[in-house]
Amino acid sequence: MDNTVTSRRRPTKELLGIAGIIGFLLTWEVLPRVGIVDARFLPPASDVLLALARDFGLAAFWLAVGETMLAWLIGLVIAVLAAALLGFIIGSSAFLRKFTNSTVEFLRPIPSVALIPLAVLLFGVKMESSLMLIIYASFWQIFIQVLYGVADVDNVAMNTAKSYGLGQLARTRYVVFPTALPYLMTGIRLAASVALILAITAELVIGSPGLGREIALAQSGGAISGMYALVLATGLIGVLINLVMRFVERKTLSWHSSVRAEVIV
Amino acid sequence: MKILKGLGYAIGLPALLVLVWALATAGETNFFVPTPGTLLATFAETWFGDRILSDVLPSLGRLIVGVSAAIIIGIVAGLLIGSIKWLRDLTEPVLEFFRAIPPPVLVPVLMLLMGITDSMKVTVIISGCIWPVLLNTIEGVRAIDGVLSDSARTYGITGGARIRHLVLPSAAPQIMAGVRQCLSIGLILMVISEMFASSSGLGFTIVQFQRSFAIPEMWSGIVILGLIGVLMSFIFQITERRILRWYHGLREVENAV
Amino acid sequence: MPSEITDKNTVTNPAPAGGTPPNPDAMLSVLGVKKVYQTDGGAIEAVRNLTFDLRAGELACLVGPSGSGKTTLLKCISGLMAPTEGQVLLNGVEVSGPPKKMAVVFQEYGRSLFPWMRVRENVELPLKNQRLAKAERDRLVDEALEAVGLSHVPMSYPWQLSGGMQQRVAIARAVAYQPEVLLMDEPFAAVDAQTRADLEDLIRSVWKKLGITILFVTHDIDESVYLGERVIILSSSPTVIQEDLVIDLPAERDQLNTRSLPRFTELRHHVYEQIQLAKAGHRPAAASR
Repeated sequence: MDNTVTSRRRPTKELLGIAGIIGFLLTWEVLPRVGIVDARFLPPASDVLLALARDFGLAAFWLAVGETMLAWLIGLVIAVLAAALLGFIIGSSAFLRKFTNSTVEFLRPIPSVALIPLAVLLFGVKMESSLMLIIYASFWQIFIQVLYGVADVDNVAMNTAKSYGLGQLARTRYVVFPTALPYLMTGIRLAASVALILAITAELVIGSPGLGREIALAQSGGAISGMYALVLATGLIGVLINLVMRFVERKTLSWHSSVRAEVIV
Repeated sequence: MKILKGLGYAIGLPALLVLVWALATAGETNFFVPTPGTLLATFAETWFGDRILSDVLPSLGRLIVGVSAAIIIGIVAGLLIGSIKWLRDLTEPVLEFFRAIPPPVLVPVLMLLMGITDSMKVTVIISGCIWPVLLNTIEGVRAIDGVLSDSARTYGITGGARIRHLVLPSAAPQIMAGVRQCLSIGLILMVISEMFASSSGLGFTIVQFQRSFAIPEMWSGIVILGLIGVLMSFIFQITERRILRWYHGLREVENAV
Repeated sequence: MPSEITDKNTVTNPAPAGGTPPNPDAMLSVLGVKKVYQTDGGAIEAVRNLTFDLRAGELACLVGPSGSGKTTLLKCISGLMAPTEGQVLLNGVEVSGPPKKMAVVFQEYGRSLFPWMRVRENVELPLKNQRLAKAERDRLVDEALEAVGLSHVPMSYPWQLSGGMQQRVAIARAVAYQPEVLLMDEPFAAVDAQTRADLEDLIRSVWKKLGITILFVTHDIDESVYLGERVIILSSSPTVIQEDLVIDLPAERDQLNTRSLPRFTELRHHVYEQIQLAKAGHRPAAASR
């Protein structure tokens, strides 16, 4: 019965959502058309969507998307590996946790964009500049989550494992890792969107290759519809990343109650 | 003894790192990395002069105005949208899309629409960091416990009293999580809007230092941005502890079971 | 009208199935209440046709098998939900929203108290909302906390207290509100047995002291007989009244002696039988149209 309830209700929710999108696009279309907003600065939605459709047929557009996504992926992978490794090592030792705490609390809030001048100085307008910002920003998201996760390990489970003679490595493998996994996945999901923000930022401000640089170029070159189309494209990528990361999180953690609860809601 | 031990843990690693830094830069004159002493001296002379008035305070002012406006607008709009189911369903996909747009791309867009002005920079901050507050408030309002809501109704707690005593406190944990994200995005946008389009402000000054190869000054700029970040996080944590004392206590009790 | 049993084998009259005019002495009248939930899977009839009155100052228990729509009925009475058909009258006035002179104590104490407010603030909030003067508020809150035996923890948060104490806070909040009618929805279902006995006696003493009308919903047969002056037995869903029974136990009740009275056993036995009949799908003659 639950199934019929949700499957019959969902369409109205989805219809409303679609109506919201159409309403938004219509407003956007009308505002410049009737002259409330200057069409030179905010072209109607149809112009921008056309420009986006044109972009979809251009190799240069896909190249820029590819460059952005490559930086995003490499940066994220490095951040995940480094943060997970350090997180598990530092999290497992009470001494290391206390010893590093003040430093972590000081380094974490430093905005990654503060590193922009340094990145330019070290790498110039290359992908390495993007990577430096992406890795720095994503690292903390994952690292902190892993620390929480390792600290969340159930004492009873740990003592049980000890009493059965599991060594340090086996305990990490069978007790610590499964407990911390949901936290790690949350960290990766958060880091994935942060990494995209930093990838675009680096391209926009430093000029390393990718969508962000294309936006800056379109803006200074007066290709206004093109600029809005690229902004839409970044939004679509953002939505896509969110969806994929949620999907991955659910797939890997289907046994975990916090995720199960989320599916029902 | 316990305090001493805590202090030792707190300054042990930072002291060690500074020592390594000092030793590594002591012998040679590295172009990219100044010695701790040079950096300290440069920091003082760079930022404790006219620049406080011309760059630091205006930047901070824009940040505070932008972030406060984003928080207030986000909470008010979130209360409205979260309380009305059809409005929530109607706006959800559009809002999720806006949240997914990386906020820095708003800088060129708003530059175009508003020109390079203070209000443009404030608008950049507002329109970039409103989304986490807005969406978290909506979610917090949506998730109010049914029994608690019924209790309030049976005691005639409706309208403004309901918002004040039931909705806001109940959504507060979610709202604060949104505010935390809002603060870090706000700081990023303050810097970027000045790097991209400005003739003053912290972001502009730091990029100028880098372009003119004033390396110790550039480092001092990175340090001051870091200090602002640390300070904001510190203020947030104190505020959050105060507002959500009940919540942390409740969680502790729940976790202990 | 409530029927009486003189002997456990006596067949009692089923309650009227609806359509009777409201009793002029009644404080609370439930008249032909029906509730149908419209779900997309079809209509679900939770309550078919319920009619009964509560006189002022009565303590009545409502028992029924689980899933018999007790909570639905309570929500209709408290004005949290509109019935599909029929009406609820409080002092002759139709209930269309939560009435001012009614308080409700829910089963889920952990979810009915405001976790961000201290015990005292929780009790005080409804009074503050009514714009009562500070001195009057303080007096009512102090009296209520005293009455439930919680004078010593006003500055604690609810979640720092045990389940039984949290439910005491919820009762204190209801008492301080000075309701004419107090509705309780399985308030002790989630507390341990010892605490439960204490809370039952607390309800009896509060009821005697304040002379308010109480409708106490429970699925526990012992509890209903021990607490009530009257027990209304519900059928299984779709719900009608299976039987309306007067509990002729002495007014002074205590856990040990009352529960060992032969009369208590008889009444309990009777209610138990009726519930078993209800579960088996037996319906009173007048309602099984």
